[in-house]
Amino acid sequence: MNPRKRMGWMISTACLAAIAIITMNVAYGTTQNPKKERVIKIVAQRFSYTPNEIILKTGESVRLEFTSLDFIHGFKVPDLNIRADLPPGQVTTIHLTPQKAGVYDFLCDNFCGAGHEDMSGKIIVKDSR
Amino acid sequence: MINRRDFMKLTAVGGGAVFLSGLTKLAQAGSNYESAVSSYEDFFFVQLSDVHWGYQGPANPEATNTLKKAVATVNGLDIQPDFIVFTGDLTHTTDDPKERRKRLAEFRDIVSELKVKNVRFIPGEHDASLDNGAAFKEFFGKTYYSFDHKGVHFVMLDNVSDPGANIGDAQLAWLAADLAQQRKDANIVVFTHRPLFDLVPKWDWATRDGAKAIDILMPYPNITVFYGHIHQEHHHQTGHIAHHSAKSLIFPLPSPGSQDKRTPLPWDPATPYKGLGFREVEAEVKTSEYKIAEFPVVRG
Repeated sequence: MNPRKRMGWMISTACLAAIAIITMNVAYGTTQNPKKERVIKIVAQRFSYTPNEIILKTGESVRLEFTSLDFIHGFKVPDLNIRADLPPGQVTTIHLTPQKAGVYDFLCDNFCGAGHEDMSGKIIVKDSR
Repeated sequence: MINRRDFMKLTAVGGGAVFLSGLTKLAQAGSNYESAVSSYEDFFFVQLSDVHWGYQGPANPEATNTLKKAVATVNGLDIQPDFIVFTGDLTHTTDDPKERRKRLAEFRDIVSELKVKNVRFIPGEHDASLDNGAAFKEFFGKTYYSFDHKGVHFVMLDNVSDPGANIGDAQLAWLAADLAQQRKDANIVVFTHRPLFDLVPKWDWATRDGAKAIDILMPYPNITVFYGHIHQEHHHQTGHIAHHSAKSLIFPLPSPGSQDKRTPLPWDPATPYKGLGFREVEAEVKTSEYKIAEFPVVRG
């Protein structure tokens, strides 16, 4: 391999590694087949999540894909023991398979400004039976 | 001449309930309590919290007057405290660094009118979380430190300069080293802004690594925590450690977990300043007791 080709290969490899690194995956619940996951895209920006109400069914595997527009917001669901930082410029992925019906509050737990206290939402898990 | 203990009895009637906190040695002392504590010098300090200078909104239409009235009320106390402590959220947050400094400067100027000049500060998340405490430090110095006063070791903890409400490993190491210099039975008081324990996580009433701090505090039997953040009086125990939150000087918040959102309680024109106030804490050094007296913003 000549030096120019080798350099190109190294740059390509570095780019692929960077892309892999900036996609954060966090799994909660049982191990699932990714093909069966429903994808829910959520945008976080001062001082709201869109959507801020997420309706799921028990046993349903979902992939929450967060995009933050303006701040390293947090995503915390205290009663499901879930939390993640949401850095801008990347997709933060959380895999979730809720097992118990109920309403689970979530909030931004990284102080982000004057409306921080209002940045919250709910995961509503309905019984699938 | 009225002494400090008689004064506390009077203010208990005029200023609100007196609580006994810390360890339970008072009960053990029984009727001998007065004689047991009369042979040493006790002292008291005043805790004010959550001023939110710069706030504008319906929850407090008197926001530009509340702090000034509280300063006047503290200055009017019959006996002045040894020192005064502000446990964070001196200012209401703003995204504009210039405006943040303007609010901090105005706050500093108002509290400079306090007769007592020994005044201590720690930041709240509204002061420090958006710039990691940079503006706060320009006005008030370090965000965490310790000092000693008449036999009590006071520790000021910062759990807000990290926007994620982490105390952080560096500060936790400092805390452990600071306390290691104390006797195990030393009288220790910790001031902090957020609760160190998980009070209501869904309302962000917690410190992410607060459990690590409590682990460091646990070996010390005579330790008490005073904090702010939740805009109301609240008392909680983690093991032998008592945690006491203070009222706010801007608007009260609902009782922990009592409703869906932690929205401010509405201002009542019929009873202005209701739910707001400050507190005196009397340190009974010999028995590690802390008597708390709650005061309204304006004394009738």
